[in-house]
Amino acid sequence: MMASLAAADIESVFRQEYGRAVAVLVRAFGDIDLAEEAVQDAFTAASERWPMSGLPPSPVGWIIATARNRAIDRLRREATREDRHAEATRLFSSDVVMPADLDVNPLPDDRLRLIFTCCHPALALNAQVALTLRLLAGLTTTEIARAFLVPEATMAQRLVRAKGKIRDARIPYKVPDARELPARIKGVLAVVYLLFNEGHTASSGDQLVRGELCEEAIRLGRLLAELLPNDPEVTGLLALVLLVESRRAARVGLRGELVRLADQDRSLWNGALIEEGQALVRKCLTWNRPGPYQIQAAINAVHSDARSAADTDWGQILRLYDQLIAIAPGPVVALNRAVAVAEVHGPHVALTLVDLLDLDRYYLFHAIRADFLRRLGRPSEAASAYDSAIGLCDNVVERLFLQARRQALD
Amino acid sequence: MKQYLLSVYQPDGQPPPPKALEKIMQDVHAVRAEMKAAGAWVFTAGLHPASTATVIRVKDDEPLITDGPFTEGKEHLGGFSIIRAADLDAALEWARKLARATTLPIEVRPIQEDPPQ
Repeated sequence: MMASLAAADIESVFRQEYGRAVAVLVRAFGDIDLAEEAVQDAFTAASERWPMSGLPPSPVGWIIATARNRAIDRLRREATREDRHAEATRLFSSDVVMPADLDVNPLPDDRLRLIFTCCHPALALNAQVALTLRLLAGLTTTEIARAFLVPEATMAQRLVRAKGKIRDARIPYKVPDARELPARIKGVLAVVYLLFNEGHTASSGDQLVRGELCEEAIRLGRLLAELLPNDPEVTGLLALVLLVESRRAARVGLRGELVRLADQDRSLWNGALIEEGQALVRKCLTWNRPGPYQIQAAINAVHSDARSAADTDWGQILRLYDQLIAIAPGPVVALNRAVAVAEVHGPHVALTLVDLLDLDRYYLFHAIRADFLRRLGRPSEAASAYDSAIGLCDNVVERLFLQARRQALD
Repeated sequence: MKQYLLSVYQPDGQPPPPKALEKIMQDVHAVRAEMKAAGAWVFTAGLHPASTATVIRVKDDEPLITDGPFTEGKEHLGGFSIIRAADLDAALEWARKLARATTLPIEVRPIQEDPPQ
């Protein structure tokens, strides 16, 4: 029996189990709002009860059973508004388990279905991201709005609209069949990757990194890898985000400034994350079914191997970029590949490649060009390329970095 | 089963040349036959061009009639089908076949069930 239970312990159960409980309740009742309300009620009850009683043997089982009872109560109370119950049982009708029959032990894991519902291509990408954070990660509307720097009312409306579409258009609550699965997994991975990238380099605002978004993306990546353990790209994405995350502490300097990979203090890299990421990359290699996330993970694994920037095996990185561009061609991949080309064949060759790209609206295009021009001893052209980059960059920390680089030209 | 409205959006102006049109009509009929065989088909209508449309509004109890379609633009509703499907994925699968056959975009909208009495 646990003596006293801190609020932090309950918070940690909440973070870990919220999505699972909501997923089970959605399956049982076919109504997302009802499921959310019931699970939140159950956690409120837990925060009153557990500090006295201690943690139950299966906290998530307790939460799900309590939430189920709360949901049934709520439906009874609302039975006068007869439409509600009828509506709830009609939704997802092929799959409805009557609430009384809901089996909480052993616990079914319905999170995979819920991910596919949240990331359905009939929903706009920003709605997919918001729903995934809300329903699976248990973030509040306020937290999601803050993370994406949009007004709370905007985010609330986005969520209401998305949930309304799921209900009214009957977006299914199921894992897609084998024929559709690969394309749909791609959509889910895109949501997790977008979430991670937004955390890694916030697209606007005065902080470079939004760590909470990186952490949620990694949690979701781990969940996907647990639910789809034999999908190479799922594993590749998890490896990629772990390896990039391993450098987070080194990427931000003492004054919050951006530190480039080449200038990072590598002793600040997180060895455990590197080890885990590299092990996943090796697992991907044994499958021999390469995909874009796996290759990007492999590129990051090569960086992780280098004791210093000078030790980096750029030849290997360039070969990986060649492979990446062959299966996932696009101007942004070509731009990143050019950085490796500059290291292997020199900035002159790289500049020629970059000048062919139609990326005039992308700040990193100008920033990378500026760096090549600087290395080629063409400072006035470099300065004007930095100016273009600075004008297009909405993140304060990155802008300061670019301004410093520009000033260093003089 | 739920019902969905599949709307075909057509560019205004000249229809495709006869040969292309013939192929399109064949493909559309094939999709409709497949829908019927699957028990998914409820209703289909093709519309005359938007230039034949008339809009009527009532203001202060007086009808106001205008010539032409409600929305301005270069594309208009050209026809629609109503289908039965288990969920949006099933509806989108029919819509995908119809979009391929018509070579035009298809809008999929759920139909409200049990309209209020």
